Amino acid sequence: MIKSFVHKKLTFRDIDPNQGLRVSIELSPVKIIETITASGLKGRGGAGFPTGAKWKFCSKAEGEQKYVVCNADEGEPGTFKDRVIMTEFPHLVFAGMTIAAKCVGATKGIVYLRGEYTYLLGGLEKALAERREEGLLGDSVMDQDGFAFDIEIRMGSGAYVCGEETALIESLEGHRGESRNRPPFTADTGMNANPTVVNNVETFAWAACIMDKGSDWFRVVGTDISTGFKLFSVSGDIDRPGVYELPLGVTVQEMLEAVGGENAKAVVIGGAAGRCVPQEEFDRKVCYEDVPTGGAVTVFGPGRDMLDVAENFLEFMCEESCGQCTPCRVGNTKLLECVRMLKDGTCSAAYLREIVSLGESIHSASKCGLGQSSGNVFLSIVEHFRDEIMGRAVGAV
Amino acid sequence: MVLLTERDRIRQSLAELTEKYGNTRSSLLPILQDIQREHFHISEYAMQVVADLLGIHPVEVFAVVSFYSFLDFKPRGRFVIRVCRTMCCHMQGKNRVARQLETDLGIKFGETTPDGRFTLEYANCIGMCDLGPALLVNDRVYTEVTPDHVHHIIEECIKVFGAHHMQGQEVER
Repeated sequence: MIKSFVHKKLTFRDIDPNQGLRVSIELSPVKIIETITASGLKGRGGAGFPTGAKWKFCSKAEGEQKYVVCNADEGEPGTFKDRVIMTEFPHLVFAGMTIAAKCVGATKGIVYLRGEYTYLLGGLEKALAERREEGLLGDSVMDQDGFAFDIEIRMGSGAYVCGEETALIESLEGHRGESRNRPPFTADTGMNANPTVVNNVETFAWAACIMDKGSDWFRVVGTDISTGFKLFSVSGDIDRPGVYELPLGVTVQEMLEAVGGENAKAVVIGGAAGRCVPQEEFDRKVCYEDVPTGGAVTVFGPGRDMLDVAENFLEFMCEESCGQCTPCRVGNTKLLECVRMLKDGTCSAAYLREIVSLGESIHSASKCGLGQSSGNVFLSIVEHFRDEIMGRAVGAV
Repeated sequence: MVLLTERDRIRQSLAELTEKYGNTRSSLLPILQDIQREHFHISEYAMQVVADLLGIHPVEVFAVVSFYSFLDFKPRGRFVIRVCRTMCCHMQGKNRVARQLETDLGIKFGETTPDGRFTLEYANCIGMCDLGPALLVNDRVYTEVTPDHVHHIIEECIKVFGAHHMQGQEVER
């Protein structure tokens, strides 16, 4: 088993994974939605959609066969907290899915696990078998008449875009992982055009905790808008890379102190789709209203060339773009070309201005979250590190 | 003993797989993943047969195979080595690991050894950012790989080669 460094005691360790489910099984869907909504829990995958609202839409939508889908396609560069959650707390995730199923009236659960994590499959299947044995999954969950729910694991095949919920559903349906136009939203038109709840691994785990401990317990930490704790995957030029549980609203500086990265020159928060925060902005807060993230924090020390960072993340985006929207498919290759020109010292200020404006167009003209955020790292590096990236000697790379 | 041609074998395993997963469109990916695992690629013939079994056009199957980076229509090696090329592994020295792999295997990235044992590829972030540089050999993950370690990884693969291969086997670490 892969052992990642996990900082301090995680909340998940102190929680009885099935207690939240035991509480929920007695409650009406409306009550469950009330509790989740009151807790302020927002999607932990990065988009930050209120979980309570999502469940509410889905519970009201009509459909013969509703689905609960767990998005375990953790592909964002720099994120690995879902891997740790699935390795150490699979029951908590499955309990959260079962609560969601009870709430919206779903009978089928699917975990979409990324192909790169195939080695986790054995452990997850074992946990599922245990749950079936204990009557926590099956034809009548916890002996509740009329509550049938089971979970199946489906594998991805190496496509980052499938972490986007509509692309994930396309993939589950046996198509190319190309994202759909929204609306309609997956909550009413998802898997096989049926109402579907799609949440991140961590969101389900927190939902199970909230149903056990109550919404006030969760609201105590975090900010008014971003409540609760969040798991962060921190890596890069730091002393102690690993998974950290910190309250939302933590400043970048506080985070760096916790992980041993005080001398950082920049931090990319949110992976390849995230933003680069320079030293002078280390007092910014990591939360949905300031610097949002799905959990990826990559720290760059004083010696790092920010153009290397931009180049690596853009190479990633060029390769992982599904190709549907021209701005994302072609635009990102132009951005990458520009980074290489900057490295070579052959990019004029006027051309750089053009490319920045192209970057902004990619944001507004792409269909899904991947395209919309694909130029973020590049744009924020150009914004904050102009002195470092311009005027390089020819062939100095 | 019945002698089976490659095509017979593919037809047979596809019939079994459709039985197992069902003949709906949403079974396409699991079927293709199993074929890839068994035959190290998905041939044009296999795509045609899958299309027939699911009642869809073969080009639909090709579209799916060409989209996903873990599905191939060209034959791959028994061991596909995927080196993570994304930022964190890059910072932790993936270039030297990659170079050593090329040298030890005598192939470049994207190529397969002439004996069909190894394919060398890059992968985008495999979620081992805190333990880089990392690589996957089929389903198995190796973390904190050093250039010197590369040799042992290859030896390990060669040792199990012949009697059985590692695909689908559970990882013990």
